[in-house]
Amino acid sequence: MRLIIITLTALLLATVVGVGATWMTTTRGTDIGALTIGAWTARPRTGTADVDPYSRATIVRNGELPIGTGDGVAFTATADDRKKALDGRCDVVVSGVTPPARFWTLTLYDRKGHLVANSLQRYGFTSQEIVRQSDGSFEIHIASRSRSGNWLPTGGIERYALMFRLYDTPVGVATRTQRDAPMPQIATVGCP
Amino acid sequence: MIRLAFTILAGVLLGLVVHLVSVLALPRIATQDAYSRLTPMTKENAVTQLPLADPNTSPMPFMDPAFAQAICRYDLSGGPLKLKVPVSQSYTSVSFYTRNEIAYYAINDRSAGKKVIELDLMTEAQHNALPEDEEVTAADRLIIDSPSATGLIVMKALAAEPGLMTQAQASLATATCTPQTDAPAKAETPRGRR
Repeated sequence: MRLIIITLTALLLATVVGVGATWMTTTRGTDIGALTIGAWTARPRTGTADVDPYSRATIVRNGELPIGTGDGVAFTATADDRKKALDGRCDVVVSGVTPPARFWTLTLYDRKGHLVANSLQRYGFTSQEIVRQSDGSFEIHIASRSRSGNWLPTGGIERYALMFRLYDTPVGVATRTQRDAPMPQIATVGCP
Repeated sequence: MIRLAFTILAGVLLGLVVHLVSVLALPRIATQDAYSRLTPMTKENAVTQLPLADPNTSPMPFMDPAFAQAICRYDLSGGPLKLKVPVSQSYTSVSFYTRNEIAYYAINDRSAGKKVIELDLMTEAQHNALPEDEEVTAADRLIIDSPSATGLIVMKALAAEPGLMTQAQASLATATCTPQTDAPAKAETPRGRR
């Protein structure tokens, strides 16, 4: 009788630990093959045939299609440069310069990867439609209320994610540091 | 006491095994993966235009709203496939995925270097079965080997500004993805207007 209880406890614990660890790693992602520059993280290997098992599991679970290496690379950010989670009720500024690429796009999603509805139907910017300063740098204001210049509405949602995609770019599996890929800064400038 | 510690240890060790097995098995057992989501809304061995990414009706998470997209869901068991994607004004790319969403190949308009991205997709066995001389006569034919018999081809055209979206969609609308049924590969003339 005692043996049965012990066995059952061990099996139950195994299920909880195993499934829990899988759930955690596929939700949060792992550091395997991750390239982190400032607040941005990319996994260039997910666009190749030698993608790691954890990324594969995440991709399949979310139902997304990773961007292929010959196409481009995608960086995500869920927090600003000071590790404060991106909050749709705050004013966030994305500014600076971008790595070499023929085109880039910056898109705002909720944490599940859906676009956020807004009256302007603006979900992001492309490198071509952005208003720049004379030195080529830019500032994108991410806020729930309208801002002058490049305004990206958040719809006031609590948590969001930014995705910065570079198309036709030398940035990829071989990229290691900020010097190869100068990513824009993300700063929370004010919260109500 | 020892018995309890042993139980916990055994549970954690078994848990690690469960974790590894479930991570490795997930690609095979998932039912909400991109291929399964796209299956009801796409035709096999033909090009289907995807609706624009939108807060309510995105077929997949994290789609780039700046792109018009089209899908060719392929099954090579009946023979190789011929793909023609006309290049749009700003940026066009074609990405290939296996049935389990491994991105095994991607090409963009600049690396294709032509007005139309033209590719032949086949399995490795079909590639090996190609007559030797045919490969020589069609030296500029780009042949892609698919690791799996089924999979997805994603064609994307960038609308650099929202106003250019109709143009991007129009250029994808002329893309074709057709099975090569007869042996001479160049027998069929393209239907795309150019």
